[in-house]
Parts: sequence; C-alpha cells; structure tokens
Amino acid sequence: MELRAKIPSGPLADKWERHRSEIKLVNPANKLKHEIIVVGSGLAGASAAASLAELGYRVSCFCFQDSPRRAHSIAAQGGINAAKNYQNDGDSVFRLFYDTIKGGDFRAREANVYRLAQVSASIIDQCVAQGVPFAREYGGMLANRSFGGVQVSRTFYARGQTGQQLLLGAYQALSRQIGLGKVTMHPRAEMLDVVVVDGRARGIIVRDLVSGAVSAHAADAVVLATGGYANVYYLSTNAKGCNVTAIWRAHKRGAAFANPGFTQIHPTCIPVTGHHQAKLTLMSESLRNDGRIWVPKAPGDTRAPGDIPESERDYYLERLYPSYGNLAPRDIASRRAKEVCDEGRGVGPGGNGVYLEFRDAIARLGRPVIAERYGNLFEMYERITAEDPFERPMRIFPAPHYTMGGLWVDYNLMTTVDGLYAIGEANFSDHGANRLGASALMQGLADGYFILPYTIGDYLAQMKLDRLDTAHPAFRQAEADTGERVRRLLAVNGRKSVDAFHRELGRIMWDRCGMSRNGAGLTAAIEQVCGLREEFWRDVYVGGKGEDLNQALEHAGRVADFLEFAELMCHDALQREESCGCHFREEYQTPEGEAQRDDARFSYVAAWEYAGAGRAPVLHPEPLAFETVHLVQRSYK
Amino acid sequence: MKVTLHVWRQAGPADRGRFARYDVADVSPDMSFLEVLDVLNQQLIARREEPIAFDHDCREGICGSCGMVINGRPHGPERATTVCQLHMRTFPDGAELWIEPWRARAFPVIKDLVVDRAAFDRLIQAGGFITARTGSAPEANSIPVPKRDADLAMDAAACIGCGACVAACPNASAMLFVAAKASHLGLLPQGQPERSSRVVNMVAQMDAEGFGACTNHGECMAACPKEISIDFIARLNRDYLKAVIRRPW
Repeated sequence: MELRAKIPSGPLADKWERHRSEIKLVNPANKLKHEIIVVGSGLAGASAAASLAELGYRVSCFCFQDSPRRAHSIAAQGGINAAKNYQNDGDSVFRLFYDTIKGGDFRAREANVYRLAQVSASIIDQCVAQGVPFAREYGGMLANRSFGGVQVSRTFYARGQTGQQLLLGAYQALSRQIGLGKVTMHPRAEMLDVVVVDGRARGIIVRDLVSGAVSAHAADAVVLATGGYANVYYLSTNAKGCNVTAIWRAHKRGAAFANPGFTQIHPTCIPVTGHHQAKLTLMSESLRNDGRIWVPKAPGDTRAPGDIPESERDYYLERLYPSYGNLAPRDIASRRAKEVCDEGRGVGPGGNGVYLEFRDAIARLGRPVIAERYGNLFEMYERITAEDPFERPMRIFPAPHYTMGGLWVDYNLMTTVDGLYAIGEANFSDHGANRLGASALMQGLADGYFILPYTIGDYLAQMKLDRLDTAHPAFRQAEADTGERVRRLLAVNGRKSVDAFHRELGRIMWDRCGMSRNGAGLTAAIEQVCGLREEFWRDVYVGGKGEDLNQALEHAGRVADFLEFAELMCHDALQREESCGCHFREEYQTPEGEAQRDDARFSYVAAWEYAGAGRAPVLHPEPLAFETVHLVQRSYK
Repeated sequence: MKVTLHVWRQAGPADRGRFARYDVADVSPDMSFLEVLDVLNQQLIARREEPIAFDHDCREGICGSCGMVINGRPHGPERATTVCQLHMRTFPDGAELWIEPWRARAFPVIKDLVVDRAAFDRLIQAGGFITARTGSAPEANSIPVPKRDADLAMDAAACIGCGACVAACPNASAMLFVAAKASHLGLLPQGQPERSSRVVNMVAQMDAEGFGACTNHGECMAACPKEISIDFIARLNRDYLKAVIRRPW
C-alpha cells in the first residue's frame, strides 16, 4: 500500500487556491452522466449530496435513519467555529489554523487544517443564506461565544441546538434536490459493503432495514459520510445507531484506517446513574464559558456543595491552567477530572463526578442572562437528574464523544481505494490527536460544501468511464457475501444477547483503551477482544428473521464489526509509544502529568492496512511535515 | 418500582395488531422510559420472544426519531419532553401504561411502534427550504436580522419533526409542522423571495398526503416536546391567504 497525500506544493496560504484552479473540471453535460453514491446524511453527507446535485451530478444518498434529518449531527449543541473576526479580537485564518493544529497536539496535516480555516468563513455565509437562525446581537449582527482551547470568540451558535439548525439547513438543501429529482434518497437503508472493481470503488451493498432485502447499487464514485465510532465504548454521547460498519467494511476492501486510537472523551457529560443506562448525555462545552469546575479539597467530603466554603474548594482547572482556566481543551479537562476522582475527591453517587457551578456567573450577570444562554441545557440536565442547576451545581464526568481517527484520506479526501471518499467524522484528516470544541460542525460542512464537490471532479474527469451495472460478478459476489453474513448471524442461535456482548466490549475498551492507556492493559485488551469476538460467533442470540424489520439483527451486524475494529484500535494505541492529545499513555508523561510527545519517533499519521482475517494489521506511517508551525509542548498554563 | 405495560404489537402493515401485556419489575426511577423498553426487550429476547420494535436514536430529545403514545398522550404526560427524556420518576409505582404508535392515515404503521413518517420529508421537499446554491451566498453580516425576528425564527425552527402534533390532533393535521417551517423561513429576510410559493406548495402537499385540516383544537401545541406555539399556524394562514390572493407570485 502506498500513501500519497497529494499535498500541493507552494506556500501554505496558497495551496488550496492553486489546487482549486488546477484540478480538472467535468463539463456540465458530462456531469449528468456521472452517478455518485453518498452514504450518510449528516452535516457532511447532506451538504455533499446537495452540493453535488446542484452541480449536476446524479446522486443517490443512503441513511439508516427513517429520515435524513435525523443523522447524529443533529445533536451537536454548542456551535461552529469560523475565522470571521467579527468580534475584532484578533482572530484570523492563521489563528484558527494554529489553534486547531496545536489543539490536536501537532498530529494533523498542516495543509488540510489551513484549508479548513480558510473555508470556515464561507460556511457561515452559506448557512445564513439558507436561513439558519444563528444567535444575533440587538443590532442584527451575528453573535459569537468562546470555546475551549482558544482565546478568541469565534463560535457561531443557535441556542444550544447549533447542530440541529445546521443540519436542517443542509437537509433542506438536500430535500430541494430530492424534490427536483436530482437526488434519490434511500432512508432506512444500511450500507454493508463497498464494491471494488479493478481497484476502483464502483458501488455499495445495502440492506433495506424494513424489508430486509439486500441490494446492490452501482456508481462512478462512493462517498462515505458515516460518522464516528465512539459507540465502540457502548456508553457514549453518540446516538444509539452510530456505528463503524461502513468505514470498517471499506477498510476490509482496501481503505487504510488512520489513527483509530484517537478518541475524544468529552469532559462535560452527565455521570452514569445505573447499570440500565443505554447512553450518556452531553452537556455542551459552552457551559464552561460561565461555569466553574471544582471538587472539594479533601477526599471523601460528602457535604452538600452549598455547605463547602470557598476555602475548601479546589477549582483545579483554574489552579493548573491560569490562562485558559475552565476553557482548557477537552482532553486536558477530561484527564484532570478523572485524576481528581481517582484521588477520591469526586462528587455524587459513586464519586464519579465533578461540579460545574454557575453561582458566580448568576451573581455577576443575573439569572435571566444565564437562562437565555443555557436555558435549554439546564432544562435537559434537570429532566435527567431531577436537580436544578440554578440551585445546585451540575455534576459532570467525561464520556466518549467523538473520534478523530477514521479512514485515511489524501488532500482530495480520497481514501486509498480509488473513487472512494471519506468526509466528516468518518475521515481522520483535520483534528490530529484532539478536536477543539465547535470544530466538528466546521469540518463536516467544509468537506461537504466546499472541498469534496471540487476534488471529486478531478477524479471523475480523469476516469475512463466504463459502464458498469450491478449484474457485474463483483456486485453479485458482494451481495451474496452480505446475505450470507446476515444468515450466519441468525444461525448462531446461542444464549447471549447482542446487547450483552456490546456492553462487555464497551467495558474492556473504556478500561483499557479509554482516557488513559498503558502497554500491559492494551496487550491484555487485544486478547480479551479476540476472546469476546470468538464467543460472539459461538454464542450470540439474535432472533427473528432476516426478511423483516429486525433491530436486534441490525445491532448484531454493528457489534460484530465493532468486535473486529476494537482490536485495531488497541493495536494503534499500543504502537504509539508517546502521549499526545487524547492519547494518554501512562508511561509517557511530563512531571506535571501532561502528555509527553515523542516527535522524533511518532510525528506521523498511523495508517493501517487490513491484512486479512486473523492476521496482524500492517502499519504504514505517513510522516507529518511541519513547514509553518514549530512543534512545542502544548501549554495552556 | 414496578410497571405494567400494555404495548401495541403489530407484525406488519397487513396485521391487525393488538395490545400485549408485560409486567416489568426492578424499574429505577432514574431510568428513561425507553430504557424500560430496553430492559423489557432484553427479557423478551431471553424468553425467545420477539422484542418490541420502536424508533429511537439520539436519546437526547433532538433527533425526533422516538415517539409513541402513552396513555393517550403523545410522548407521555410530561410537559415539553420527548419519550426518550421521559423519566420513570414521573410515574407512580405500579403504574399501568398503554403504549401505542402514532395513529394517522399519513403515518402508516410499519411494525409495532414504528411508523412511516416519510410524508414529513415530502412536505419539506415541496417547499420547506430557501434556495441558496452552495457558493452563492453573500457575506453573512451583509443582511442584519433584528434579534427579535431571529429569536422568533429560532422558536419555530426548534421543531424536531417527531410527528407528535399529528398524533395529538383529532384531525391528524400537520399544520403545526408546516407552520413551524414556513414561519422559521418566512420570518427571515433570506426567506422572502419564496415566501408565497413555499406556503402554497407545502399546504397543497399536506392535503395530498392525507393529513387532516386544522380546526384549532390546540392539542398539537400541548403535545409538542419543543412547545412550538400555534401562533405560527395563524402566521401560516395569513401568509397562505395573502399568497392565494396575490397569485401568481
């Protein structure tokens, strides 16, 4: 496998503009002849499908939800970054670029991140034109707020529902194209394989989740916008349906998987309450603008928070990181929360929480201001915990939230399989080892609106079109394989439910490959995961039929893929003998307990090649060349 | 706590359907209602019975996937709460609950509690958008929007498309859903060029889908988990009237 990142030459600031001017174009008449498949309808998928259809391509879009509007982007709360400098606080494309590279602990490509910062402003323009009701100031101009890891105010937001509003914007643009007949939408359809013919992605295999029918779909290019894999931990802030299947199947068909061990554990989630819990709920990072995080100074202090005097509280983020305080980046805030809880200073049932308190902000700004800023988040918190954050500090704890790893892509967002693209959270490209808040929405829409629609043309223009339909043996074979796999899952007929396997996998991954990792734990985890996988195929009970709406069967297929993928994740975390961003290897830390990078050995993207069932994956490092920024130890002190 | 659930079971669109009774013990007041269904489904699977099919995804009350009628009320008894965010502490110990799917001609049952809401997607396709091709947008701050208008547009835009309004309406009308979208876009300067065609096309589609007419019961607003106001229906009616008088636009 050869990794060619195809980064354009020339000065950083000119790369994208030059590349855009030089890539091949498809003439309008020929665009009508090209069929493109987009899998996923979140911010990246919906924006790409709509934009490609506007350009004249014929587009088919697939999603497993009952409507494209329900993709998990909808749950993003806080906001979207853009280098508009509307606040006149010194923001610029370079600053957004630098904050993102530094936030990712110098494990992302300079050229990709710079391009992201460059197109960020156009995203806001586009969304406003679509009618996204961003927050405004009284004069009618757009409002901003701050997010973690930065010192400017560049985050645009729509109350606590920014993801929803941005997704509805993209969904409406997509709906318009569906109405015009330019996009064929396939809801309740799950992609189960990629079809590769002569080294090129030429289609997908899909299971209709209502009828159970397996069908093949051909195209000239396939775009995967299928999101992240944080549900490998079972409990995460991801929607229940989020899964690794699409990108894992692509990986098995030849697409390299990059940095699978880079998973973001978000610091502000509602703590686990019981063993029945099916998922975790995020409380937006924007709360850290006005909330102060603390624990009691003394371990085992069980007094009510209001009874603990100021002098006996430890505002540990403000103490450790005076210049960023409560707005330290996510990886750091999470790790420090775990640390104070491990010291026995955690609060709430089981001691697995820290306080996030608004008392001072309410005193300073008044209750109405706080209610306007965070009202819906406070309500959500109260609904779940039955505690009122106006009266009593929130209790929060870190939880898996986002995955920086994903399919390896070149500068054009193409994977190592020709004609197969990955966009949004499904690729690895922009966030390095840690994503900053409000950057996921930015990246999803950058890829979908402003990058992929150009770069895919470069491939299609140079592609010799050989007409291919689903009667081709490769399609017939993939379709038969998929049907066979469904039958195998049903045929095991063992004793343990799919959910039980998923929970067990989640426990292993959270303990061994979660917020902190070590060599011995990861080695043990690989063995445990392999054992669990073997048990799964021997003892799982799915029930029901394949030719029906069968939610246990859907879940079974996803868990089967998680069980394969989890092993790769542990391999990746094991080989990276350094700490960087979210990836905290206990063996490699500074005396102050910060991540200790090893740039001499690990300044690379770890791209993994699938070597076949039962064979160890093959590592292909892509060295990261830093021409503009100097690598420094990340400091938020 | 313990609860008794009478759940609507229907194998498919052709099946007549019936209630099945299940007793669930060891329910924690901190569990969400969907977590109770999860637990029940695990028990059904252990007994080799078919688990209950229901739509759900984000479990944070924002994706709009989940929705079922509990004791006659869409999303259950709690104000402004989707069923995934409905916690068992809302119910007394020993509660007896009847669980049904949305019932409306435009939302046919697929299986158990799962219904087909594609009609909502077709309503948006008919006009619930602003035409703004990627790349054609002007500078975002070039068109100021008064905060009052932006806030009101956001109130309407908060709709999650769950369908509770239709399920609650005696006429199975989709007026609140259509009104919310038409108002969200019609309140903003960007939405003016298509304001008239939007309402006319969406209303025509609503009739074509078999949704009923609005007769001002207000049940939709009471059931809406995002508390979308029926004031938006008045707005829709006004826009619709203006549009048909002014035709062609």
